Amino acid sequence: MSSDLDVFVGNTTLIDEEVYRLWLDGHSVAEAVARRLRGGVLEREGTSVAVLQSDTRDHYRTFQMLERLLHAPPRLLQQLLFQIPPERQALLVQRYYAFDEALARELLGKKLSKGTKKELDEVSARTGVGIRSCRRQFDNFKRVFKAVEELRGPLAENIQQLFLLDYAAIVFFANSRFETGKRRLQFLSFADFAACAQSMMGHWSQGALGEPPDPRAPEAAEPDGDLPKSFLQDLKELKVLVADKDLLDQHKSLVCSALRGKISVYNELEANFKALSRALVNVGGKLTHARDVRDFFVDLVEKVIEPCRSDKWSPGDLRLFLTHYTAARHQALWERYMAAITACLLRMYHD
Amino acid sequence: MPGKLKVKIVAGRHLPVMDRASDLTDAFVEVKFGNTTFKTDVYPKSLNPQWNSEWFKFEVDDEELQDEPLQITVLDHDTYSANDAIGKVYIDIDPLLYSEAATVISGWFPIYDTIHGIRGEINVVVKVDLFNDLNRFRQSSCGVKFFCTTSIPKCYRAVIIHGFVEELVVNEDPEYQWIDRIRTPRASNEARQRLISLMSGELQRKIGLKVLEMRGNAVVGYLQCFDLEGESGLVVRAIGTACTLDKLSNTSAFLPACNSPSKEMKEIPFNEDPNPNTYSSGPSTPLKNQTYSFSPSKSYSRQSSSSDTDLSLTPKTAPSPQRPRIFLFPSSPTLSCDSPHLKKSCLLLLGSSIKPLHSSHVSPVVLRKSVSFTEELLLAASGMGSGSAGKEGGPFKTLLRQQTQSALEQREFPFFTLTTFPPGFLVHVGGVVSARSVKLLDRIHNPDEPETRDAWWAEIRQEIKSHAKALGCHAVVGYSESTSICEEVCILSASGTAAVLNPRFLQDGTMEGCLEQRIEEASPPGCGFCHIPYDELNMPFPAHLTYCYNCRKQKVPDVLFTTIDLPVEAIVVGKGCLIQARLCRLKKKAQAEANATSISNLLPFMEYEVHTQLMNKLKLRGMNALFGLRIQITVGENMLMGLASATGVYLAALPTPGGIQIAGKTPNDATYDQHISHMQKKINDTIAKNKELYEINPPELPEEIIGSPIPEPRQRSRLLRSQSESSDEVTELDLSHGKKDAFVLEIDDTDAMEDVHSLLTDVPPPSGFYSCNTEIMPGINNWTPEIQMFTAVRVSRLSTINPTNQTLNKNFNDLCENLLKSLYFKLRSMVPCCLCHVNFTVALPEDELVQIAVTAVAITYDKNQALQANKAPTEKSQQRASTDNEEQLQFPLELCSDPLSSQPFSPAKEVLEGASSHTGIPAAQRATSVDYSSFADRCNSWIELIKLKAQTIRRGSIKTTTSLEKASPLAEGYLRHRSVPSCTNSTVSVVKMTPLSFLPGAKITKYLGIINMFFIRETTSLREEGGVSGFLHAFIAEVFAMVRAHVAALGGNAVVSYIMKQCVFMENPNKNQAQCLINVSGDAVIFVRESELEMLPVQPSTAAPQPTSSAGDVTT
Repeated sequence: MSSDLDVFVGNTTLIDEEVYRLWLDGHSVAEAVARRLRGGVLEREGTSVAVLQSDTRDHYRTFQMLERLLHAPPRLLQQLLFQIPPERQALLVQRYYAFDEALARELLGKKLSKGTKKELDEVSARTGVGIRSCRRQFDNFKRVFKAVEELRGPLAENIQQLFLLDYAAIVFFANSRFETGKRRLQFLSFADFAACAQSMMGHWSQGALGEPPDPRAPEAAEPDGDLPKSFLQDLKELKVLVADKDLLDQHKSLVCSALRGKISVYNELEANFKALSRALVNVGGKLTHARDVRDFFVDLVEKVIEPCRSDKWSPGDLRLFLTHYTAARHQALWERYMAAITACLLRMYHD
Repeated sequence: MPGKLKVKIVAGRHLPVMDRASDLTDAFVEVKFGNTTFKTDVYPKSLNPQWNSEWFKFEVDDEELQDEPLQITVLDHDTYSANDAIGKVYIDIDPLLYSEAATVISGWFPIYDTIHGIRGEINVVVKVDLFNDLNRFRQSSCGVKFFCTTSIPKCYRAVIIHGFVEELVVNEDPEYQWIDRIRTPRASNEARQRLISLMSGELQRKIGLKVLEMRGNAVVGYLQCFDLEGESGLVVRAIGTACTLDKLSNTSAFLPACNSPSKEMKEIPFNEDPNPNTYSSGPSTPLKNQTYSFSPSKSYSRQSSSSDTDLSLTPKTAPSPQRPRIFLFPSSPTLSCDSPHLKKSCLLLLGSSIKPLHSSHVSPVVLRKSVSFTEELLLAASGMGSGSAGKEGGPFKTLLRQQTQSALEQREFPFFTLTTFPPGFLVHVGGVVSARSVKLLDRIHNPDEPETRDAWWAEIRQEIKSHAKALGCHAVVGYSESTSICEEVCILSASGTAAVLNPRFLQDGTMEGCLEQRIEEASPPGCGFCHIPYDELNMPFPAHLTYCYNCRKQKVPDVLFTTIDLPVEAIVVGKGCLIQARLCRLKKKAQAEANATSISNLLPFMEYEVHTQLMNKLKLRGMNALFGLRIQITVGENMLMGLASATGVYLAALPTPGGIQIAGKTPNDATYDQHISHMQKKINDTIAKNKELYEINPPELPEEIIGSPIPEPRQRSRLLRSQSESSDEVTELDLSHGKKDAFVLEIDDTDAMEDVHSLLTDVPPPSGFYSCNTEIMPGINNWTPEIQMFTAVRVSRLSTINPTNQTLNKNFNDLCENLLKSLYFKLRSMVPCCLCHVNFTVALPEDELVQIAVTAVAITYDKNQALQANKAPTEKSQQRASTDNEEQLQFPLELCSDPLSSQPFSPAKEVLEGASSHTGIPAAQRATSVDYSSFADRCNSWIELIKLKAQTIRRGSIKTTTSLEKASPLAEGYLRHRSVPSCTNSTVSVVKMTPLSFLPGAKITKYLGIINMFFIRETTSLREEGGVSGFLHAFIAEVFAMVRAHVAALGGNAVVSYIMKQCVFMENPNKNQAQCLINVSGDAVIFVRESELEMLPVQPSTAAPQPTSSAGDVTT
């Protein structure tokens, strides 16, 4: 006896987290049932395979119907079709837009185009993320990117409002097209980049002006995905720090005197100070040109992180150095610039 | 009488893209009521249009207001071609016509299209201004309230339970009209939806008229059904129980009778009034003006049987009696003078109740009162009541008698659709009575003359009535009717529980409430209803009787089957459980007469087998009573299916059931014997296991106390059934089984073997789960507020090449068991929980296809408390019964407290009233005369004064007068808050749905009106919509969404007594098509969490006494 039609509809929509996860991972109903069986649900609940199949199919249908609404999370809140408690709604959105970091790492800085989508098969193979899940995540990135593209105001907040989650890093990267794929940068995880993006947006973006820790200041007027032009322009002024020999020497002596005896790599620091300082300042100066922006992380790794690593600086050494390096000069622009650079470098300084 | 319907279209959101080129929509809205249509402007290029229209005003008469739905159509404007319809919203404006239901309908409604489903939402505000706001009740049957709930709604008190009302209307089904060949499926579906909406409006209005005729003000247990008879037409029929209800707390009472234009109605306050002197203070001239200024609507003309002189007559009646009196109420079905059962029952009642009275500690005053009252009761009930009314004015009396006579002729069926009753209402329960009849649907059909259908039902009801009489009962409770149609054959079924009722509620028992209550109090609690109503020496059928295990005074049967809910006062041992009997019978395909005959021949066997299964399964669980029994027989092309569901319990008053014994046919065969003994062992083990599972461990009783059983070797249960094409041919079946102690199953062939096997295949629910099909699960009373209502539908193919009854039975059994299993699995996160009100419906849409739909609610309960209850189940249940009794006590106390507040009005009256409710003044002190003049000036208008007065007179207290002015502050605030169109508000309010009449841990503060919705959904792209499952899943979700939206727009936050009455699914996979019709109903309510309620100081303490299951369960 076969069941042609088999549905279960609750006044409050039942969401099974396990099945949702399986659905998000792109498993077919059969695969999902197999996995649930392996999870031992049969023994725990003393039920039959047929029941499990019926249950899985029901959930899958619900998710398919919900997917349309998940594409615009605020609609999920307003819709009348499914009665879902708020915390469950939040869970649905969060899980739907959650991404595999391995996949996000692959896609960071790439153009979210059809071409990229075609490459997803390879990405899937590389990252071990199911192809269906890859496509869904890719579409998510694209959807978020497209939705905030034309919006003004703080990026993080816009995304929060539209998609009820923090997706800013990915959009920020997709916007600025930072190079992240170079072999040199392979040691950096998605989380590293996301943290960097957050510090950069936090300290440098328009919204960050005034009160730096509050990126939600109201004066934001231009798209937040781009770094503010005026700020980047101003950064050029900093070049004087390395161009003017006196200033550079003064800076070096201040930093060195403060660090003498406190840092294990003092000699190396003294020897490399000028090179490091030049690198740190020039990275900022180059940000005005879109082409050079791409190299931001490459430069930081090549010119700061790698030399330090070869001299066997400890993370503590680097922190101490950067603190004093920043503190040696009192200038709002400088401090604002260095705050993000310091945060990025400290985050990136690992094996 | 004209009223003004006002509609405002505020905004739309999430509209579908109608213009592919721009990805946008140019939407506008048509608002149609009756034959008038208004349009909004086109809001160009938006999926979220803001129309903010003016108020569209429809001036319509009352009949139209009741019958017609408001129809809102959203369209996409197209300059060059015809405008495309996006979808529709039908709004039933009936709730706006009651005095204290909703005042405004405002909110987001899903825009529904029968082909595409929900397409966006629209924000609408609807109001009704009746000609004069004060005269809201002046419309035809507008004031009559409808409730689906099959008990007295929680915030009301039943003053009188009048009895059965029924009506049916017939029309041609638009789907079968010639025009259907040329119109689109959408047009056809919409025509059908609209027609059914109109027909239900008409039906409701007609029932309302009948209620008014009976002087009721409400219909409780309203059940409306559709019979899709195909080519022979469309029948919409409804049954219900007419009541006079009285609002309990301080929210305003509703009494449509007070100033209605209907002639019957305007007499009500006067005829009933035992206190005519109260008119002296009332302004009599405006009163007359009022009653004449509005001519009765045309629908009334034929009914205005009583003359205008009635009006003038009443004020002339003699001075009021200083004592409470009973009135013969015309609608009271117990008054048929020729019914010997009635007299007996009354005597029985007295006999059993007065004796214990002496032993109990009741104050002499009360005692005397109650005795004198019962004399009157006896007289009244036996049809001589008017004789005792010597103090009453003569003309008044004769009038009453006349009305009694005339009304009795109309009211021939003493039926009640209620399943739960006020304490003391149910005196004795006889057993289940049912009747079925097979009819051939006639092709020639005249919609204007539904007489044939009427006659069919009348026949069946007559049969039910005679069955009840045979059981020594004068009434049928828990009454319901259903049909099953296949091609041109139709099985009509009716069933109920024969019962003896307390006549108090059937008359104007307001005054006597307290006294009567005392008497009830003294009668043995929790077992009275089990005592046999029939004469033990002259039993209608052989039965095994014993003395009641609880009170030892009366005789009880060994097993009791009923269609009602377990009475709250019943003493139960352990927990209950869902018991189902399932059955398939093959039938040859045949045409017309032959088909009907073969069905008729099969029916008795099915009834017998269903009954046997129920009995076996009941015994297998060690239980002795069934509640909520519902036997459904479904007819298909080539088979009949029977599904009986009930909740088994162990009633402490009934004897312990004997076990089941298996007897082989060939006892000489050794292996066979071994097999038999093996089976026997299995059965015994199952019984033992079940007793443990359901905690059935009744206290052991020494045999001598019980007394010798009546020498009657044969036992049988109370199922009286008959099936026939003509009602006079009643074939009685001997449904007795075995001997006294053990139930013997004879295994004489493979069939019987199968039966025994199938008995044992019913697996108990997994641990942490209980299930029942009644409102409350016996033995569990600590519910948490967490509920989950659901509908599950399965269609399966019984695909066997050579189907036999056995294989079909097994398949059907598996189908049901698997469905239950799947429900338990789905709801496993709610454990410990109970599935309540599990309602199975079986349909046979096609050859070999079985469709099962289940609607139920899962309620979580507190395990810790449950464990405590486990330790001492009997004490617990007794304790529960006693708390129930306390609640019953509070009931009269509330009434008794009235006199205090009936002293001259003072500004501090409200305080006084609150205080008085605690004092509990003895009933004897009841003051009957009231000075109304002192507050006359408080009233703004004379109409209001009359309203007030009528109500106070009715209730014999002033209490309601204050409440009329201020409605429940909570609800009012809620409404006020809501009346602001909430376009910007994006959060969707949660609407709970439950098939139960209550919400655990919550108190229903207001009933907003009945929800009765009918939807059709059709698709021509079945595969694309996810196949049949995807299609139906979406549709059910949409139906839920539309119900919730309507409730929310009425200002409600829950639907109680929700029921899916129909789910007709048809598919044509070859054409990639499917169609489904769903009909749902329920009561929209506002509830407040009990925890929140405690924090509200404004809630009067008098609101507390509610002998409801929910209150009882939560407070204990």
